[in-house]
This record gives sequence, structure tokens and C-alpha cells, in this order.
Amino acid sequence: MRWGEIIRRLVLIPPTLFGVAVIVFVLLRVVPGDPIAMMIPPGATPADITRLRAFYGLDQPILQQFVTWFGQVLNGDFGRSISVHQGVFELVLARLPATLELALLALLIAVGLGLIAALIGIHLRGRRMEWLVDIGIGVLLAVPDFLWALILLLLLGVLIPLLPISGRIDPQLDISFHSNFYLVESLLTGRFDVADALLHHMILPALALALPFAALVARILKTSLAEAEDQDYAQIARARGFSRPEILLREVFPNALIPTVALGGVQATLLLGGTVLVERIFSYEGIGNMAIDAVINRDFPLIQGLVLTFAVLFIALNLAVDLVVTLLDPRLRHG
Amino acid sequence: MVDLAHDLSVGHSSRLVAGLKRGGARLWIGVALVGILLLVSLLAPLIAPHDPIEQDLMSAQLPPAWINGGEPAYPFGTDSLGRCVLSRLIYSARTAVVVALIAASLAAVIGIAFGLIAGSFGGWVDQLTSRLIDVWMAFPPVLLSIVLAAVIGAGLTSVIAAIVVVDWTRFARVVRAETMTQLRRDYAAAARVIGLSRGGIMWLEILPNLVPLTVTLLAVEMGIAILVEVILSFVGISVAGDTPTWGGMIAEGRQIVHQAPWIMALPIGCIILSVIGFNLLGDGLRLLLDPVQRR
Repeated sequence: MRWGEIIRRLVLIPPTLFGVAVIVFVLLRVVPGDPIAMMIPPGATPADITRLRAFYGLDQPILQQFVTWFGQVLNGDFGRSISVHQGVFELVLARLPATLELALLALLIAVGLGLIAALIGIHLRGRRMEWLVDIGIGVLLAVPDFLWALILLLLLGVLIPLLPISGRIDPQLDISFHSNFYLVESLLTGRFDVADALLHHMILPALALALPFAALVARILKTSLAEAEDQDYAQIARARGFSRPEILLREVFPNALIPTVALGGVQATLLLGGTVLVERIFSYEGIGNMAIDAVINRDFPLIQGLVLTFAVLFIALNLAVDLVVTLLDPRLRHG
Repeated sequence: MVDLAHDLSVGHSSRLVAGLKRGGARLWIGVALVGILLLVSLLAPLIAPHDPIEQDLMSAQLPPAWINGGEPAYPFGTDSLGRCVLSRLIYSARTAVVVALIAASLAAVIGIAFGLIAGSFGGWVDQLTSRLIDVWMAFPPVLLSIVLAAVIGAGLTSVIAAIVVVDWTRFARVVRAETMTQLRRDYAAAARVIGLSRGGIMWLEILPNLVPLTVTLLAVEMGIAILVEVILSFVGISVAGDTPTWGGMIAEGRQIVHQAPWIMALPIGCIILSVIGFNLLGDGLRLLLDPVQRR
């Protein structure tokens, strides 16, 4: 990935988002299912229904609806939610920080666990205990994040009630925040008791998201470390009398990091997609939980806004991964 | 030469035995778990002690029979409406199996058709199919199936449709690549020389060679389909109303998890066993059928 390539990718973002917008818009409207039918009270007259449909513009032809909606989006207006009766942009913006904090915490846990597992695995390389690490990684990888969420909820939330299993913070705690980045804000303003309460609520969902991803990081990193260790430069370093930990850390690790970031980064979108169900299971008030409510209520403007938000996050994540790989790899940096 | 002689001496039946050995413990555990699942769902009306939707509010939230306060009539206890948890688990298996079998098979048929066409025609047909697959893979699959199932409306058909629409690409990608590989082999060239049509080559030569691959994928896809059905019924957009589902039981159990954790724990156990069963079956079948390993 060279700098020119990154600029090319930046240029490609608007058409990609346009494509996502078109597909979601059309998909929601060509299949049967009427958002107005979901919101009318039992006694509504046909005239009421027609009026509501006109109010949300659903009586227009699809192309007309799309042009109107997309024109508004370009002006920063994502429409009004049908079920919550608020602006979509404000709704998403209020919930997005919760999901970002959760995903970031999960990512940190995953990278930490994955790193430790890979280093233990490579340390045991060729010994009998190695298969234990491999089996552990295999099991973590085979069970999807939402099953981990349910298992953790039962084990650490109910059976051994160590951690809370609902929400973002205890409802009885009456704390005011200036932003919606509760955790970041409480850490920055030094309110560590609040941060502690927040973290308690976040650990289980974050761990559920992190476990399969940690296994993935561990597997890629372990393979890359093993490959790098067999290269000539590592052999030469050994011949020159460096110890194995020194070689692993100074020579092998930086080279194994590049494929790990490149391959793991692509899969990090899965972690982000996993927030949808994990937030639901832990009643965590992020955009994933909101997306499920929006879908159940057939809240077209909100679904469109949320899918676009996820698309932006996916693209941003992929771009960030490419940037990091470029910075890490001297061949690409000067290429 | 030794290998060749060895190969000739091995008859068909002993090759099957060798294959079963190669499949090993995974194959047998997989077969056993999937077999139990199929049997339970097939015999649901015979083995379920109660009607799964029969409510008995007098005996609501009973614990499993072996815990203090449980009743032998309800081996796994009851839910908050007094419905028998064991019977609901058994009938939920039925829903899961129906979805797994139909959705995975349909996804396979569609995916294989697209993969064969893209792999054998090449050129712009292949380009078009590949781009289509790329666009498909760009969506988060869980969110896509939730949106699909919700907009199509509640019901078994919509769950199956959501899974097929999302997952056909798994088959298409692999079959496309494998078709291209097989077409480069000598036997495919020989078939062309003796004047077989493109369709004939596909049907008589390529498709039989894709069987090991697709059977393995199919078993894995059935496990995935069970998970997606669980997700959709957990979210509340799967089959309508009364029909028991594992996901629905988990969602109900989640509400009263502190009072009655077994309502949530039992379906989770069933899901894990089923998914492990299908994965092991897929692994075992791959080892059993893979022509490279057979040699």
C-alpha cells in the first residue's frame, strides 16, 4: 500500500457509500412490509394512513424518494425516525460513542490476549504443551461472539455473580456527563469511581466480542512468528550468539507484526459487526442495539442512517489498517 | 511403484473402511450428535412429555426435577408461563433442523449453480458474478439477515430466505475456484476432445468431482443456519408467535435469568452441541471424502 494507493482509496469512499445507500434504500422498499402499518393506532381511518404516508414521503415513487432523501443527506439531514420521532443524525450521534468505546475496549482486550497466547505458543514451539495452546485457540475461534456473550452472561453474571449484565451504567447512579464518551470522559476528568462502574458493565460484552478475535490474532501471529523465526536473518542472529527471547523480540516480532495487522485488521470489521447482537444481549445502549429496534419497528430512516454509519465505520477501519501496515512496512513506506 | 501396487490391491470396500478410519473420532462424534438431533426432531411428538405451548400458570418457573422444588413431571422445569422446558427444547430442535436442512440445501444449490457458471464460462460472466459476490460480502452478514427477515415478515419461509440470500456466496466462491481448477485437468480436456458439450462436461465430469467439497461445506452451512435461526428468533423476528425456538427461549430466559437461569442455559447447551456436531461432521466428511487424502 503506497501513498498514491491510499489517496485512490479515499477517492473511492463516496461511490462505495453511495452504492450502500442505494442497496439499503431499494432493499427496504421492494420487499413487502409497511412501516405505516406498524405505527397506526387500531382506530385509524384510511385517510389518516394516507396522510401519514404522505408525511414521510412513502407515497412517492422509489426514485423520487431516494433523490429527496439523498439530497437531504448531502446537506447533513438524515431525516426523522418514524418510531422515536427524533432526528436520525442526533439519535445515532448520541449512541455511537457507547459502541465505539465498547469496540475499542474489546479490541484492546483481544490484542492483549492474542499477543500473550501467541507468545506462549511460540515459546512452547515443538514441545508437547504446544497442542494445548492450539486447541484453546481452536475452541475460542469455533464459538461465535454472541454465544460467548450468552455463556459469559450465565457464568460470570448469574452463576458466579461477579459482574453486572445489563446496561451501560447503574441506573441508580445519577451522574451527568458533558459528552457521550462516558468512559473516556470519566478517565480524563479523573472520576475513577465512575470509570470503574462503567468498566464493570463493559467487561462482559467486551470480552465476548474479544475472545474469537483474540484467537484469530493469536493464530495469525503464532504462524507469522514461526515463519519469521525460520528465516535466514533469525538464524544468523542466533549464530551470532543472541538469546532466543532477544531474537524473538528484536528480529522476529516486528516482521511478524505486519501480516498480523494486515490479516487481523480485515477481520476487525467482524468484531464491529458483532456489537449488534452482543449489545442486544447485554442491553447495552449502543447503535447495534438501536439497529435491532429500528429493524423491528421498520423505522426506514433510522435503518438507513445506521447502515450508512456501519458502512462508514467499516471503511474507516479498513483504511486505518492499511495506513498502519504502510507505516510498519519499510518496503511499502518508500515504495 | 510400491504406492501403485498398493493402490491396486486395495478393494473398494476396504477403501471405505480406510476412509472411515481416516474420518476418525471427529466423524463419529459428529454423526452421533447430528443423528441425535435429527432423531429428536423427527420423534418430537413421541418423546416430548407435554404439549410445548400448553400453559400451566399454577406451576410456573419450576426448577429442573433434580433440584429442590422440582417436579418429576417437568424434568427440565417450566418457564414463566408454566410451559414444559424439555418439550419446548425438543420442538425447538424441530424448527432448527427444518431451517438447517432446507436453508443450507437451497443456499448450496444456488451457490453451486452460480459457481459452476462463473467458473466454466469465465470472461465477463465470471467478472459479473465475482463482483456480485464481492458486493454481497461487503455487508455485515448478521445485520443483513436481520434486515431481510424483518422486511420479509415473520415466518419460517422468511428465516430460510434470509439465510439463503446471505449465505449462497459461501458455496459460489469455493465452487467457482474449484471448477476452474478441475477444468484445467487432463480429464476435462479429454472430455472436450471426445466432443462432450459444456453442459455435459459440467454434469458428467466436473460436478461429481465437486461432491466431497460441497458435502463438507453443506454440513458446516447447516451449523451456520442453526446459529442464524437462533439469532433471528432471539431478536424476535423468526417464526411467528407460539412456535418454540431455542433463540426465543433464550430471549425469554434472559428476562428472568436471575430467577430461572436454567431456561436460558439449556437451549444454549443444545445450540453448542448441535453446532459442534455439524462442524465435526463437516471435518470428518472432509477427511473421509477428500481425494487428496485418499491417495
